[in-house]
Amino acid sequence: MEVSREVSNSSIVIKENKYSPTKEFWNNWKRQKTAFWASIFILLLIIIAIIGPYITPYDPYEPNYNETLQGPSKEHFAGTDEYGRDIFSRLLVGARISLSVSFLSVLLGAIAGTILGLLSGYFGGWLDRLIMRSSDVMFAFPDLLLAIAIVAILGPGLTNVVIAVSVFSIPSFARLVRGSTLEGKETVFVEAAKSMGASHFRIMFKHIFPESLGSLIVFISMRIGTAILAASSLSFLGLGASPETPDWGAMLSLGRDYLGTSSHVVMMPGIAIFLTVLAFNLVGDGLRDVLDPKTKNE
Amino acid sequence: MIPILFVVSILIFFFTHLIPGDPARLVAGKDASLEEVNIIRAELGLDKPILEQYITYMSNLFQGDLGTSLKTGLPVMDMFVDRFMPSIYLTLFSMVWALIFGLLIGTFSAVFKNKWPDYLGMVTAVSGISLPGFWLGLILIQIFSVQLGWFPTGGAEGWKSYVLPSITLGAGIMSMLARFTRSSLLETLKADYIRTGRAKGLKETVVIPKHALRNSLIPVVTIAGLQFGFLLGGSVVVETVFSFPGMGRLLIDSISFRDYPVIQAELLLFSIEFILVNLFVDILYSFLNPKIRYVA
Amino acid sequence: MEMLLQVEGLETEFKKEKQKIKILHGVNFHINKGEVLGLVGESGSGKSLTSLSIMKLFKGTTGEISGGNITFNGRDLTNKSESEMRKIRGKQIAMIFQEPMTSLNPVMKIGEQLMEPIRLHLGYKENQAKEHAISILQKVGIPRAEEIIYEFPHQLSGGMRQRIMIAMAISCKPQLLIADEPTTALDVTIQAQILDLMKQLQKRENMSMLLITHDLGVVAEMCDRVVVMYAGKVVEEADVFDLFESPRHPYTKGLIGSIPKLGQKRDKLDSIKGNVPDPSNLPKGCKFAPRCNDAMPICFEEEPPVMTLEKNRSCRCWLYKEERGDILV
Repeated sequence: MEVSREVSNSSIVIKENKYSPTKEFWNNWKRQKTAFWASIFILLLIIIAIIGPYITPYDPYEPNYNETLQGPSKEHFAGTDEYGRDIFSRLLVGARISLSVSFLSVLLGAIAGTILGLLSGYFGGWLDRLIMRSSDVMFAFPDLLLAIAIVAILGPGLTNVVIAVSVFSIPSFARLVRGSTLEGKETVFVEAAKSMGASHFRIMFKHIFPESLGSLIVFISMRIGTAILAASSLSFLGLGASPETPDWGAMLSLGRDYLGTSSHVVMMPGIAIFLTVLAFNLVGDGLRDVLDPKTKNE
Repeated sequence: MIPILFVVSILIFFFTHLIPGDPARLVAGKDASLEEVNIIRAELGLDKPILEQYITYMSNLFQGDLGTSLKTGLPVMDMFVDRFMPSIYLTLFSMVWALIFGLLIGTFSAVFKNKWPDYLGMVTAVSGISLPGFWLGLILIQIFSVQLGWFPTGGAEGWKSYVLPSITLGAGIMSMLARFTRSSLLETLKADYIRTGRAKGLKETVVIPKHALRNSLIPVVTIAGLQFGFLLGGSVVVETVFSFPGMGRLLIDSISFRDYPVIQAELLLFSIEFILVNLFVDILYSFLNPKIRYVA
Repeated sequence: MEMLLQVEGLETEFKKEKQKIKILHGVNFHINKGEVLGLVGESGSGKSLTSLSIMKLFKGTTGEISGGNITFNGRDLTNKSESEMRKIRGKQIAMIFQEPMTSLNPVMKIGEQLMEPIRLHLGYKENQAKEHAISILQKVGIPRAEEIIYEFPHQLSGGMRQRIMIAMAISCKPQLLIADEPTTALDVTIQAQILDLMKQLQKRENMSMLLITHDLGVVAEMCDRVVVMYAGKVVEEADVFDLFESPRHPYTKGLIGSIPKLGQKRDKLDSIKGNVPDPSNLPKGCKFAPRCNDAMPICFEEEPPVMTLEKNRSCRCWLYKEERGDILV
């Protein structure tokens, strides 16, 4: 609270500035110019994801054999694919797929990982060793390989992609949350809560967990980028969305044969993926600068 | 290390056999009759009790026999030989260029913090981790293979065929290393001993490499080492885009086919590689960090 | 006595998010050859910054000198370029810092770090440099010098590390040694040893020393003259005996008065009320006035100038308005 005193003729006026965490966050956020614009972009994407199917200029599924493989033009902003479908419309619908798949899988992975991390860090002992060893084993495999293995076993399809991506996200979240749980365990206010007889779960979720929220949010935002790349890679390899669906990765895969002649079929979905992942990464970086106290540098 | 490997081999064996699906059916084909499938199953030794299969597997392993592929009928060892060295080379080349450029960009970004080299470097790096690998690969092929004809579009014949795949594979790692080097160096530059170095009258061109980098590169090198371990498992995406005969594609195909011997052998190989790389990284770390090397 | 260093009107500021904050507002003092000058003040008074300004050691910070002169051996350091300053740092002016635990590079051998200034400034080759390094280590009282040069900092204690810092600093026979709180981070017994060592070396090499500290005990033991700083300015200057016997400035009086004395039965320690002012928000008039028991109305309006009281004695305080002038006793 800032208090400034003005001595006037007959009274003392005290000015107060109200402090609110959201307001401070917003002010800091506006200062992160790149991240700020990236977050606007993401907001736009989310809106598109929600209303996308309703605003497409053309039907994203209906083939039109008269207008195949046309380059970008006034009628077709992003051109058409080999079935004559408008790529721009397909991109709009694909946004919904990409965002929902990645949000869902990261969310699931984050929840599972957080719970495991809290349990592991808080209780320690054999539980901790078990969880950490298992996640070590999972860490040993490159992200994508693990996801591909899971999909190969479960079979192709977007649901399995979500499962695969969430599973391979779990160890990183577990490790992150475990770390801050270990730190949080030693703090004075946890001791105070314990001495007041708070239950384990109450301590874990009400006292320790909020401390890791900052780094968790940063990490989630970075992971969404990873998830989008993983999901589109899986689709590209034919293990994800079926070729008919306007998933960005699948569109790229289909367009591969026409790279020489009609490169826009490959370039457009690629740009879409690139810009989206870039935006999430920039937002993640910005969030880290604002939220994560450990990495605050002058 | 041996007991770990032992445990690992058990895990791998049972995990592989837990994968739902019937390889005998896959070998026989969709239209084969039940009898035919059973015959093939017996031929492949898949009808024996699981424990017996495991013992056969382990005893063969000790004799150096990795088994025979259910899919191709070829000895697994032969299938590996064709792919192992290309994967190693690819990993090596990718890591080398990723390390060189990653460290350079990260260092310049940190030294010129908030000036144009920093912005340029970090824009490059954040783009690098945002690029879909398969997209980059395809673009590179289109420009440098198809249109300019400098490099082949695929395969692993001759050094030229490694250029584009290693650029593609290394891009993500390079970007990650650049970002990490930058933050590590910035952290190091805040240290008191850097101020001491400057107070002695040393030039920045001595302080940065000799004093700062020696400290800040320690964690970077360990991360790079781990990445190396990962890459040894092959990269499915790059191998697909460049039709590269690597270990990654082999693993995925054999998982799809439930080709147990190949899966087991490859997972085992990968585990060994990973354990070795981790060991090497630990040794490297203790060598670079005197606090560990000489326990006071 | 011959003057070695003269600081006149030194102003230093920092840039923080497009704003410039001035920390030093015209610091004046001088150091003669062969003498030990104590620079005393609380944290935030600007004493460390003064020493960094003399060395122009601003790299890695947003600080810069914005006014004044620093004359060293007849030449103004404020005009010198970075490469010219590098020839001076470690050679003619050397500095040791407060934290011996973190001031040495953890991944470089002691010998290597020690030989850096020797090779750079004295031009010695490998073997010569090594011999020189060993002899200096012996000079600062480090046993097994030939073995230590191959060891790493973490293998040594805090006191040893500070000795090595001192060795590094004197290795090229500097004319001025700046010691910024050299013993604050050390145990009391080690403190005494290090101070003794520094005193010996100073006398032996006839080195001038700028000793920065907030500990008046150290001042009493080591210094010939003392300069007291507050809020980026010098407020009092005196010979060490005079300062302790009859401090003039209320701030100095407060500092000396707050030292607990053995044998004195007190309930509470005397302290100076209030806090050091925020550099970006300095009060009008005398900066110490809000905390001063003897403040007069003029103190809140106008900043007192430096008033020369006697030889080697000056004070920045309106209380001595009558005394000021050219009274030389």
